[in-house]
Amino acid sequence: MAIGELSGYQMGQATRDAFGDALAALGDEFPALVTVDGDVGNSTRTEPFALKYPERGFNVGIAESNMVSVAGGLAGTGKIPVVASFACFLLNNAFDQIRMSVAFPNQNVKLVGTHAGISIGEDGPSQMGIEDVSLACSMPGVVVMVPADAVTAKKATRAMVEHQGPTYLRLGRPNVPALYDDSVDFQIGKSITLKEGSDATIIANGLMVSIAADAAKLLSDEGIDVRVVDMHTVKPIDREAVVSAAKETGCIVVAEEHLHHGGLGSAVAQVVSEEHPVPMGYVNVGDCYAESGDPMGLLGKYGLTAEKIVSTVKAVKAR
Amino acid sequence: MALEAIKLSQDEMLAKAKDLRKNIINMTTAAASGHPSSSLSAVEIVTGLYFGGHLRLDPENPGDPNRDRFILSKGHAVPVLYAAMAERGFFSVEETMSLRKLGSPFEGHPNLKRMPGIEASTGSLGQGLSIGVGQALGLRLDGKDSNVFVMIGDGEMGEGQVWEAIAAAAKYKLGNLIAIIDQNGYQQTGATKDVLDLTPFADKIAPFGWHTQTINGNDLGEALQALEVAASVTDRPSVIVSQTQKGFGILPILEETGDLNYHGKPLSSELAEKALAHIG
Repeated sequence: MAIGELSGYQMGQATRDAFGDALAALGDEFPALVTVDGDVGNSTRTEPFALKYPERGFNVGIAESNMVSVAGGLAGTGKIPVVASFACFLLNNAFDQIRMSVAFPNQNVKLVGTHAGISIGEDGPSQMGIEDVSLACSMPGVVVMVPADAVTAKKATRAMVEHQGPTYLRLGRPNVPALYDDSVDFQIGKSITLKEGSDATIIANGLMVSIAADAAKLLSDEGIDVRVVDMHTVKPIDREAVVSAAKETGCIVVAEEHLHHGGLGSAVAQVVSEEHPVPMGYVNVGDCYAESGDPMGLLGKYGLTAEKIVSTVKAVKAR
Repeated sequence: MALEAIKLSQDEMLAKAKDLRKNIINMTTAAASGHPSSSLSAVEIVTGLYFGGHLRLDPENPGDPNRDRFILSKGHAVPVLYAAMAERGFFSVEETMSLRKLGSPFEGHPNLKRMPGIEASTGSLGQGLSIGVGQALGLRLDGKDSNVFVMIGDGEMGEGQVWEAIAAAAKYKLGNLIAIIDQNGYQQTGATKDVLDLTPFADKIAPFGWHTQTINGNDLGEALQALEVAASVTDRPSVIVSQTQKGFGILPILEETGDLNYHGKPLSSELAEKALAHIG
């Protein structure tokens, strides 16, 4: 069964595809928009923009350090550079450049990391960005967004371009269910409640929102009414939604396609511990690197499944 | 005030260079920390940039979009930049005496957020030339005739990112980008030729498609001429390999200490007094 099928969602575009379409469509409205690529523009989907505006697309080759600092320099002349690569090569390879050329000087650079998580599949762990949210969140002033579907990926693309300051947009490789229609209200730092519920809350982002929706359906069949919150912005996190979930549902499970440390789970736990401590559980990649394989097989083997969320919710509720 | 490049006579610039040197020593000795020797090697080039007709600036409006830009990639040499900016009217010489003190915007390495007129926050070596490539691309995209100057240390040339930037600047034929390698021959633990010898720089950079010059960078006349030539090259990026001496201007005083590198430490008050007297 495909992801999202159980909860009635149709398969839609990959978030990277939606980003690519949205970016190309913003070029006229934002003449300062430029792209800086490390020769993977046809994978990250900056290519449509660069083809439409050739003088505004800079492919600096396989040189991520230079790529990020060049973007910092472009921002210093008033441009809005979108610098895109695989999440792991952008955040991990060029971390110091993001720190010194973007975050510390607070340059208006838009970082976009695609092929995030383990769902990239066959290319294997060297290509899987699973530390990226932690790295991005560690830097002061950087907005970190992880949209769950095509519509919110498009809206996140506009939001990051309109935002003044550094941002990181995390995108996935595979197609994902279409969760929303165009009327959905997307704002940086304001989560979306996909499903109301009172027995527990699943807070998720990216691909895991659809899987959380499936888990909610399974739980509902057993009479457990869970809330599903799409926490598309990890930083700044929607504290109000986290506190409401803790107060109104009594326990929280956080699901993300990321390592256990430093991602959405850590961000939610900080708010919960500061504001309203309740039992929490985590569904994520854990503390390990994955392996090559088909995406669905990988998600199953590493526990990123509706079933795992269901068992975690039950365990947390019982505490 | 409007955007303008100040062009002094050579004699006036020699006097400015002395002022810069004195200020570098005064502020680092007052701070009781910093990198005076790394700053002193770069004085002639920096004097040429700020007072030799190259940097079109407006201290009253440091963010003027048509300004020329100077990025100090070897950020630890920031006292030379503060000294030049003070002489250029961005702030007073007296203010620079707060170097490295809590609350002062005169930080130990350049921080653009706290000081208008600083073009890049540096201090993690290797990034300034890439930032300069980005600025040069942006300025050209906007049809501006502004130039971007980037000063890199010779030890810093060990950073792979610098070579990525050299390749990118050549790809885009950035005629508005001028790199200056302050080849003072020393880095933290010793002579650059012993730590990681990447000389001769010009012979390595030229094949990428850059215009190159190698000069005695502590000779003001040579520095001025090299800057003129570099600015006249508009079809490709240009590099000035500025062969200098770390601590130039107070070398006899450093000799006395037995440490000609004198990396990352200020002069004592006593030595500073001697150095100031030597500069005259």
